[in-house]
Amino acid sequence: MEPFGYVRAGTVREAAEALAEHPGARCLGGGTNLVDLMKLGVERPGLLVDVSRLPLDTVEELPDGSVRVGATVRNSDLAAHPLVRDRYAVLSQALLAGASGQLRNAATTGGNLLQRTRCPHFQDLSKPCNKRTPGTGCAAREGTHRDHAVLGHSEQCVATHPSDMAVALAALDARVELDDGRTTRAVPADRFHRLPGDQPERDTEIRPGELITGVVLPAATASLPSAYRKARDRASYAFALASVAAVLSTAEDGTVAHVGLAFGALAHKPWRAERAEAALRGAPATEDAFAHAVERELQAARPLRDNGYKVPLARNLAVDVLTRLAARRTRPGTLQEDS
Amino acid sequence: MTGTGGALGAPAERREGRQKVTGGARYAAEHPLPGRAHAWPVPAGVARGRVTAVHTRAAQDMPGVLAVLTHDNAPRIAEPDDPTLAVLQSPDVPHRGWPVALVVARTLEEARAAAGAVHVEYAAEEHDVHLTAGHPEAYEPEKANGGFPARREWGDPDAALASAPVAVDVSYQVPPLHNHPMEPHTSTAHGDGDRLVVHTSSQGGTTVRAVLAALFEHPEDRITVVADHVGGGFGSKGTPRPDVVLAVMAARATGRPVTVALPRRHMPSVVGHRAPTLHRLRLAAGTDGRLTGLTHEIVTHTSRIKEFVEQAAVPARVMYATPASRTVHRAVRLDVPSPSWMRAPGESPGMYALESAMDELAGALGMDPVELRVRNEPDREPDSGKPFSSRHLTECLREGARRFGWDGRDPRPRTRTEGPLLLGTGVAAATYPVLVGPSTAEARALPDGSFVVRVNATDIGTGARTVLAQVAADALGVPLERVRSEIGDSDLPSAPLAGGSSGTASWGWSVHRACTALAERLAARTGPLPEEGVTAHADTAGLADADSPYARHAFGAHFAEVAVDPVTGEVRVRRMLGVFAAGRILNARTARSQFIGGMTMGLGMALTEGSTMDAAFGDFTEADLASYHVPAHADVPAIEAHWIDEEDTHLNPMGSKGIGEIGNVGSAAAIGNAVHHATGVRYRELPLTPDKVLAGLARPVTSGRGG
Amino acid sequence: MAGHPDKGGATHDDSARATGHRSEVTLTVNGTPHTLLLDHRRVLLDVLREDLDLTGSKKGCDHGQCGACTVLVDGRRVNGCLLLAVTLDGSEVVTVEGLADGTGEPHPLQKAFLDRDAFQCGYCTPGQICSAVGMLAEAAAGHPSHVTDPAAPSGRPVRLDAAEIRERLSGNLCRCGAYPHIVEAVEDVI
Repeated sequence: MEPFGYVRAGTVREAAEALAEHPGARCLGGGTNLVDLMKLGVERPGLLVDVSRLPLDTVEELPDGSVRVGATVRNSDLAAHPLVRDRYAVLSQALLAGASGQLRNAATTGGNLLQRTRCPHFQDLSKPCNKRTPGTGCAAREGTHRDHAVLGHSEQCVATHPSDMAVALAALDARVELDDGRTTRAVPADRFHRLPGDQPERDTEIRPGELITGVVLPAATASLPSAYRKARDRASYAFALASVAAVLSTAEDGTVAHVGLAFGALAHKPWRAERAEAALRGAPATEDAFAHAVERELQAARPLRDNGYKVPLARNLAVDVLTRLAARRTRPGTLQEDS
Repeated sequence: MTGTGGALGAPAERREGRQKVTGGARYAAEHPLPGRAHAWPVPAGVARGRVTAVHTRAAQDMPGVLAVLTHDNAPRIAEPDDPTLAVLQSPDVPHRGWPVALVVARTLEEARAAAGAVHVEYAAEEHDVHLTAGHPEAYEPEKANGGFPARREWGDPDAALASAPVAVDVSYQVPPLHNHPMEPHTSTAHGDGDRLVVHTSSQGGTTVRAVLAALFEHPEDRITVVADHVGGGFGSKGTPRPDVVLAVMAARATGRPVTVALPRRHMPSVVGHRAPTLHRLRLAAGTDGRLTGLTHEIVTHTSRIKEFVEQAAVPARVMYATPASRTVHRAVRLDVPSPSWMRAPGESPGMYALESAMDELAGALGMDPVELRVRNEPDREPDSGKPFSSRHLTECLREGARRFGWDGRDPRPRTRTEGPLLLGTGVAAATYPVLVGPSTAEARALPDGSFVVRVNATDIGTGARTVLAQVAADALGVPLERVRSEIGDSDLPSAPLAGGSSGTASWGWSVHRACTALAERLAARTGPLPEEGVTAHADTAGLADADSPYARHAFGAHFAEVAVDPVTGEVRVRRMLGVFAAGRILNARTARSQFIGGMTMGLGMALTEGSTMDAAFGDFTEADLASYHVPAHADVPAIEAHWIDEEDTHLNPMGSKGIGEIGNVGSAAAIGNAVHHATGVRYRELPLTPDKVLAGLARPVTSGRGG
Repeated sequence: MAGHPDKGGATHDDSARATGHRSEVTLTVNGTPHTLLLDHRRVLLDVLREDLDLTGSKKGCDHGQCGACTVLVDGRRVNGCLLLAVTLDGSEVVTVEGLADGTGEPHPLQKAFLDRDAFQCGYCTPGQICSAVGMLAEAAAGHPSHVTDPAAPSGRPVRLDAAEIRERLSGNLCRCGAYPHIVEAVEDVI
């Protein structure tokens, strides 16, 4: 880690200006990934813009029934917030399935979205990596890649995005709010992260000079049955081998009224299962239908030499979670989400 | 033996416990020294080749940098017996991660930054790091670790296998594993006049002193090695590692105190690892379950610079009666980091394989796996023919079965469920040899009625201070509170390492002997003691290392219950229970912690821990604690450890066997056997992570032989 | 305060030098305020260990992967190894050395760890204890965990059974395998 400057931003505008002035600058939230990568020499910012004390630390209900989460809300506070627990269970569950209590106490909403891949080759400066140093090659293709992508990867990069939270946001149709100090814009959460293509160094759609100011959870998915499930190598404090976030509501006739489905740890971004969702809308909410739809989604999978297990694992997770959510509908009283 | 006063066996509280829970216990990097600098190694970025240039100018010009050591300018050292210590002496790169430079700077931040600025050029060569059972360069070494012959054979196991009514022929794989003690390998070195003082995180300071004396050609009596608190080792700190050599080099080069604390990610390639083992086991039995033949053949890797052969086929020479046996070790020299000791080297992977195969044999025979083991109890140690000094494996199995609720278990696999989960139970046996070495010690009686025992023992978490005071109090026949113990400093009477479950026996023997001599001396005198007290010394050379006419081993039995989630392939242990026969238990409190700790590491070996040697790059992929999954709290259920009161008069004056490793031995097999019972699938490659388990569940279920 | 004295001199091409690489930071550690001029790269853990000689907080991995460095910042448990000290100006830090009460009596959790032999080598122990202190406060404040029933009412204290304790302490690795005894120690103080 080389010496760097430090500025603590008091306002979003100040932060945006500092970012605009210093192209090598990075926003610092909780630092749980950025400081880690700086120690490894992977990130080498000349300036850190500390945004952790910006007045973006609240979770509030907006007049239209949506919920706005400030970018500096800590992961643990977000997971515990009654608005989130009661209305967006999948988000609370995803947050609690990630990292550790200590890390969640530090990590912010914005920082969670901007965390980088845990690809071991990305973290190792002695290896080629197109994401870290464009044009050097991808060590994971030939080397080890058990934890890597099966969907949407490119010749350039087979890394996955490690966030649990972002998977839930994708399934919830959340929006990410961005601000460059002059204008604001919102990007759908499932389009905030990118596929690697031939620019794997770009993880997200964030533009130079922009910072994340918040995330909006829409009214439309509030209080729908939802759940997150994650498979991992140890029972806690481990990244996902595969995970699924699902939001599902059914109509009186037992057909799917709303479905949001996203996978984690399968791709360079939270993988929104659009094909499966399309197949399920209006279809009977049965295990068979879920299995059929998920199979359809995962037909696009192109496993690497050593990570083919992710496909059946993701399928099992998705079918299991959807089936459980559908079952809740038929057993009223077990469902606070329905009340 | 002197009367006890009840000190031995009592659950005495750890003497350094209060310091440890209040943050007062200082480890190797934590001794304040004016002007202390920090050093950061630069690891090699190729798996094989030579360094052709090290560009250090940029690093040297950075703020705070005091020195950049490379093979060109580092202090020369005498050729070490252990080639892994010959750091910065030549441009050769024997494996990826080998230290090729060391940056010394005023602060940690400056050292780390400058290490990143060192640019190294290599002439890289083709490497081979891929271990296979049929590797063309596999060879049979003369000896495996521990001095065991690589091959032992009696009878005609092939003929037995060919004619056996029941047989299993199975292969198991244990991946590379990392010790990962919580305190990284750390050393602080400084000159004090003509003295060299080193604080180091080591399992044995006497050896560190001897090695440093040889390498730096510095008289031993002018070296002090302090290791008063050590944050775990599990074998990886059993002998000096490069951190201590680098620290002394850096201190010499800069004239300052220097700390080298290995970055966690450097550890897998520098401090040793459990080598991967590929096992082939063949068991032949009559329909009565009695073994008629056994072969256990293993292939493992070692590095180009050091031969270390994991003695994984050795426990099969001890465990079961068989008229025909062949146990063979083969090794392949690869461009990999040098493997070394990790908790129960040999026994741990070997018993995983043997005890899994025994479970398969029980299945093939339709026999209860506890009964199968009991039926194959030998009268004498099968390999040596020596009588056992004590062997209570059957009692451990029976007692464990009773406590665990084994009776009434439905042996059919995949018959128990709980909601979507598949439940199963498994059993495995454990064994670990009784090792003991000569040690010196001093005991002193002081005029105030207190006693001090002094020995350069090391407490890596076992509670050595406490148990040695107990041994002394017992031998002196005085209350425990009146005895103080001093350990962890090479200026104390020299002693062997905390390793091979031998520490307490070795140190305790000399402490006992010193105290016995002191008691005699005190009994022979009258009047008040002189101000300096009365002192007795002991040296157990010739005693502790004398050949025994007995085969001496600890034994144990593990029981485990698991839940397997067929949706994810995740396996979670519900409960574990171990019963051990390890001679006399000297401290019930710390012993229980050691047994449970060993079982927990076995749980990790079974389910979560695995390292991958990247064939393309020649490094361990799981290099940090985020990717190498040491079990976390949530993985570890209630674990029970029990023991049998075993009286064995052929051991040492305390009647104790070592307990640091046996908790680890066999525990992975018990879990693996439980997973088979839960799923009906026999997994033969550790760890049992969701990828493997799910793949197995997708295959059609088979049962019976090898099922 | 903005944390850097010379922002006004910032230029586009050399931001790092222009803004300086050190800042004055005030931290209150175990009740004692300290004002230090710190390299921006210095993390809280190294401030404690190197600058304040409070070596109870341990460095196990330096990357937030083991929990040995766990301390309480403004009452919340965090990994000291990942917190740049410059960001903590004005914060209250409590380390394992500061848990005892004024009379020097160990904290009940420290006592419970002794009673249960909830450690061996002791290197993860300060982090385990600080983590447990923080965790108990979180549960009392109604923070759920991965194993809390999602249907449990939000905002109310969570009752801690062994599974809750295990999950909530999973950010603290112990290689000696003292976990069962640590859980018992925590149960003792609930």
